[in-house]
Amino acid sequence: MLKIVGYPDRYSVAPGEEIAFKISLEEGDRFEARLVRVVNGDCNPAGPGLKFPHIPTGIDGSHAGRPQRIDAGSYMVSEGLPPVAGRTFTFLGFVWPTLPKRGEQVIAAQWDAATQAGFTIGIGDMGRLSLTVGDGAGGLETVRVDHPMLERQWYQLAATFDPASGEVTLDQRPLVPFAVIRDHGQFRGRVRVAARAVDVPFFLAGKPEADGTMGHHFDGKIDGPILLSGLRTHADHDALLAGTAPRDVRNAVLAHWDFSREIESVQAVDIGPHRRHGRLMQMPARGMKGHNWTGEEHAWPNKPEHYGAVHFHHDDIYDAGWETSVSLTIPEDLKSGAYALHARAGDSDETATRETYIPFFVRPPRDKAKRGKRPPVLVLAPTMSYLSYCNHAEHITARGAERQMGRLLTFGHADLYMYDHPELGGSQYDTHADGSGVCYSSRLRPNLNFSPRYHSWLGGPGSALYQYNADTHLFDWLDHKGVDYDLITDEDLHEEGYDLLADYRVVITGTHPEYHSTAMWDGMKAWIDRGGRLMYMGGNGWYWRIGFHKTEPGVIEVRRAEDGIRTWAAEPGEYYQSFNGEFGGLWRRIGRAPNVMAGVGFIAQGFDISTYYRRAPDADNPRAAFIFKDVPDEIIGDFGLVGGGAAGIELDCITPNLGGPPNMLRLASSDGHSAMMMLVNEEFGVVPPNLGGDQNERVHADLAFGETPSGGALFATSSIAWCGSLLHNDYDNNVSRITWNVLERFLDETPFA
Amino acid sequence: MVYKIDPDKDRHYIEEFRQKPIGAHSPGLQRLLNTMRHDPSGKQVVLVCKRPFEEWVLGMMPVDRREPIAIEDGPVFTDIEEAEWEVFRRRWRLLTGESINRPLRD
Repeated sequence: MLKIVGYPDRYSVAPGEEIAFKISLEEGDRFEARLVRVVNGDCNPAGPGLKFPHIPTGIDGSHAGRPQRIDAGSYMVSEGLPPVAGRTFTFLGFVWPTLPKRGEQVIAAQWDAATQAGFTIGIGDMGRLSLTVGDGAGGLETVRVDHPMLERQWYQLAATFDPASGEVTLDQRPLVPFAVIRDHGQFRGRVRVAARAVDVPFFLAGKPEADGTMGHHFDGKIDGPILLSGLRTHADHDALLAGTAPRDVRNAVLAHWDFSREIESVQAVDIGPHRRHGRLMQMPARGMKGHNWTGEEHAWPNKPEHYGAVHFHHDDIYDAGWETSVSLTIPEDLKSGAYALHARAGDSDETATRETYIPFFVRPPRDKAKRGKRPPVLVLAPTMSYLSYCNHAEHITARGAERQMGRLLTFGHADLYMYDHPELGGSQYDTHADGSGVCYSSRLRPNLNFSPRYHSWLGGPGSALYQYNADTHLFDWLDHKGVDYDLITDEDLHEEGYDLLADYRVVITGTHPEYHSTAMWDGMKAWIDRGGRLMYMGGNGWYWRIGFHKTEPGVIEVRRAEDGIRTWAAEPGEYYQSFNGEFGGLWRRIGRAPNVMAGVGFIAQGFDISTYYRRAPDADNPRAAFIFKDVPDEIIGDFGLVGGGAAGIELDCITPNLGGPPNMLRLASSDGHSAMMMLVNEEFGVVPPNLGGDQNERVHADLAFGETPSGGALFATSSIAWCGSLLHNDYDNNVSRITWNVLERFLDETPFA
Repeated sequence: MVYKIDPDKDRHYIEEFRQKPIGAHSPGLQRLLNTMRHDPSGKQVVLVCKRPFEEWVLGMMPVDRREPIAIEDGPVFTDIEEAEWEVFRRRWRLLTGESINRPLRD
């Protein structure tokens, strides 16, 4: 179990800038901190071992710490409403509950947690619409309708309350009735407890708790919530939404939040006269189909009125909001690269880990004038792929994972901590507790699997590394080879585009650069088309499109649209990204297959073992002679720390007619894959009976090279496991030699072709 | 009809698995493993690392995440393949009633 966890306030920082670390201690009240460079985060005794050179700075030493918690769960808060329960009022809206049996959940509330006063409208007792009132003197009373709601069905709600008489009416009307099913719930009666009107904010999808947290979150969609004075009906709701309500109804509106407005924002626009706009907290899902979606339009920007729903989850998390524990101003002379804050709160043992490495990257100076002469090599750290996989917990939540891996699921202390702390929030591979996909991922929270020393249940047998820690094999190799390089992150590329790449001759990727925004994609392609030399050191790159939020930092969105390897699928009609209105999903489905960028594209995945490459005829092509200098071998990479070979985990190959350059050389292809290395589903229409690599000739990685017309070149290893073989035999092996041969030639200014 | 393990027909895969618990398997062994690795109860056997690259024990992840993972005190494995073999033996016994009384390595 972890006794110390934390996160940085940014993944990329420039010299002279400050980076803050937010740390939580499970034990004690102090921790030791120091800055280290991350050279190798793999403690496998079969490899070179951990390498974290200490960089002395002013933060060396002891710092105060304390436990810090995460208050997960999304909701809306609106300030400025009067004490609603002081007079007769009505709440109208639509809901689509996704976990109606989970317990008491609040749909709308004006509630003072300290005195237990006010009212809440919610569902409880297996999903029955309810009203709770509190008098602030210990009196609480709840009334409910007579039938529960069904899961994932739309209901129109009307709740009225007259504080003078205590009269309550509740009505939950299903939009789609079913025979035999009784889910039209109604209540008409009185409460004896006198609701005290409280002058506090108004909430949707949660209410404040006495301990200062938000709780009783609602799981599901809310659409068209309106608060009115007086006694109102479903018909009034319909008329207000249609714009045909009579003046007296319009004048009664206290607030009318229209979630179809400003979908790209976190603002809940009140279109009523009072403009009591709300703010959506902890990033509930937007661009969601509303109660009135017909299927005639799938793009919310074209018909936002059909996308008036917000999907709230009790396990949404955007910002953990922890206090800063220690901050560091990056020295002006600190070399660009991978670093971490090493924070230690005691000795670790087999029951507990009492140290953590919180990684981040130092990029070149932001101001071009201060950059001076830079090295010709740039490493692009795939931080948005690290973020998409943030707290990847399929080994906890998906029961097919062991079969998929072909081996037991390994849990280290970080995984045990992740199991016990679902409030950390899932990755974009996980589903919320209600089964809907996690489409947003934020870096403003601990990212347990983005860490040196993390050994992944997903990584191949041996070192069991995946993503960031697998990339430390590349960092180690570059360090050993003495390569002088700069490093930027995906987020840097998104913000600055081609301009940030323009001065570099060679870009080296990580092992799994899977997630790219449009700005990232365009920037990289522009650089390649202008003579860049790309060393694609992994597999399954440029696969998913992501969006960045326009105002909220550090959060990305993915829509698992109609194709690709998906652990969840977006609902039909919800393929467009709420952050920017772009069509989400596979870049391939947007007409930009990975092959367009790298010359190769995703073909297969399997997590049991890695294998080797066998030399192909193009290896003898004079154009590739430089790559095979001192490499006469027929078999390449039949060794390695990630699965035992250089070809494994996820593989790419040259595929004609996907927009890739036709001049790619197939230097070598992988062989010997097991049945668990399977063809990816975008590669077939009819499910073939021979999905596995033991029977399907298409399941292989292609080591590939091709020149670009502008004098640049593409080199693709086409395997996530490639970098796991670089360090074998004291860095002296054919994978290392091929990689070095390519880098050496790519550094030579002489144009290709 | 989903395949049901038949101890008489599947017994010879025991030795194949023992020889190579992780890696490429014959189609017959793969079918056996795919069947064994599905627990209809919703529970999940996991491998809990006590000391990285040195010691592991087995654990049982419950259906409800609010319940703790039940971590065994022993056996303590110093080799992941030993743990795979132990889980295979337990599952074989559960599904066939037969015990496999052979170590992973002679």
